Amino acid sequence: MIPILTPLGRTFLSFLQITGRLVIFTGRALSHCVRPPFYPRLIARQMIEIGYYSLPVVGLTAIFTGMVLALQSYTGFARFSAESAIPNVVVVSITRELGPVLAGLMVAGRIGAAIAAEIGTMRVTEQIDALKTLATNPFKYLIAPRLIAGMTMLPILVLIADIIGVFGGYLVSIYSLGFNPSSYINNTMDFLHAQDVISGLVKAAVFGMLVTLMGCYHGYHSRGGAQGVGRATTNAVVSASILILCANYIVTGLFFDR
Amino acid sequence: MSSTAIEIRDLHISFGSNHVLRGVNLDVPSGSSLVVIGGSGSGKSVLLKCILGILQPDSGTIHINGEEITGLYGRHLDNFRTRFGMLFQGSALFDSLPVWENVAFYPLHNQGMSRKKAHELSLRYLANVGLDADIAEFYPAELSGGMRKRVGLARAIATEPDIIFFDEPTTGLDPIMGDMIDQLIRKCIIEYGFTGLTITHDMASVRRISDEVALLYEGRIVWKGATDKLDHPDNPYVEQFVTGHTEGPIQVQF
Repeated sequence: MIPILTPLGRTFLSFLQITGRLVIFTGRALSHCVRPPFYPRLIARQMIEIGYYSLPVVGLTAIFTGMVLALQSYTGFARFSAESAIPNVVVVSITRELGPVLAGLMVAGRIGAAIAAEIGTMRVTEQIDALKTLATNPFKYLIAPRLIAGMTMLPILVLIADIIGVFGGYLVSIYSLGFNPSSYINNTMDFLHAQDVISGLVKAAVFGMLVTLMGCYHGYHSRGGAQGVGRATTNAVVSASILILCANYIVTGLFFDR
Repeated sequence: MSSTAIEIRDLHISFGSNHVLRGVNLDVPSGSSLVVIGGSGSGKSVLLKCILGILQPDSGTIHINGEEITGLYGRHLDNFRTRFGMLFQGSALFDSLPVWENVAFYPLHNQGMSRKKAHELSLRYLANVGLDADIAEFYPAELSGGMRKRVGLARAIATEPDIIFFDEPTTGLDPIMGDMIDQLIRKCIIEYGFTGLTITHDMASVRRISDEVALLYEGRIVWKGATDKLDHPDNPYVEQFVTGHTEGPIQVQF
């Protein structure tokens, strides 16, 4: 019995330790986002890195998702002569779910990994210790600008992804499925509610926080040279992706629970 | 001001079952240069990190100019750190910043200095360590090891500290560049009046930069004396370390 319980207990204690460390890290990171001094130059640089440079990958994901969604919906709905529901399905799916989730996952792969690698390298090359000896708080200088940029830029990215995704569905519906352009746009606008877009943007802000937080957390705690940095990068992407899917369910429940 | 810049009493720190420092006692007089020598893994870097507040000791006290810093954190600790300068073993320059921003990091981010003034200031400190203004716009990855060390030294003295720390300052450098770094360290101590604490096991460097030497072995200072006593230390640990013999009281693990 004891040989079974020992590893179980050790795993449970390790889980509690990691959870506690993550909660404290999150609390410290968020508190430094709202307490001066701020570093506007660093925040702007991170906004460009996270927002502007992620636009191509998020845009491409959104347009192809919208196009596939229109095609797939058509093949299903045509059996029941319900083709007129396609604009509704495209716009609601994109704004509520696919826009924020796919943009979040793409940014997790691009930005979460980059943040973990950069901060992890700073950790193993003593640059974070150097910051401390220069009387500069690493949470304020490294982590808060990334969190602020992540939480503000992801909603903007998702808003753009929503527009591009819906446009992708429009292109396929008009030029491939033979829809009338004006009735497609009218249907889209009729079915779209403010809450659909708002819920997607709230999700995006949460996902932005999760992606940057996981990148910073795993990078900050990386150990053991290049191998440790590699492990931190993988962990950042995997944990951010899983947390995005979990948070997506929770936020959806909060907005659309009956 | 106290005549002792750094006063360490009964300092202990462990990592799990590894008891690294086991009661370190050490005094560094103001305006002097003390070098701590010791084998790899003897706890030299840990001792330095405890003084800098990067690691918190399990017990014991550290006084800087008569004021206790153990247990300080946040802004209080940062206020003390403004009196420190540190040259890291690998220089620890910020990869994302050009050389001039590395050198002027402290005045730029903590004293609210304008970028124009900070740039001028960094050129002055670069000149002090024998570097041309041409490299100010370079990034650390574009510099040689010796240049990186000198930029690191310029960054350390740009904080105008009371105490300056050097972690293996000549490691990885050729003998000529090592000698140059040692001369710059000596210049810092004599010209600027800094108190210096260095950790190294480069004995040529020890003789060039130190007024006093302390040997750290198994988490304790087992000998401390003037540099000129290194060759006749009357201590078997120091004798073995200086001569580099494998036989003696210092246990060598193969």
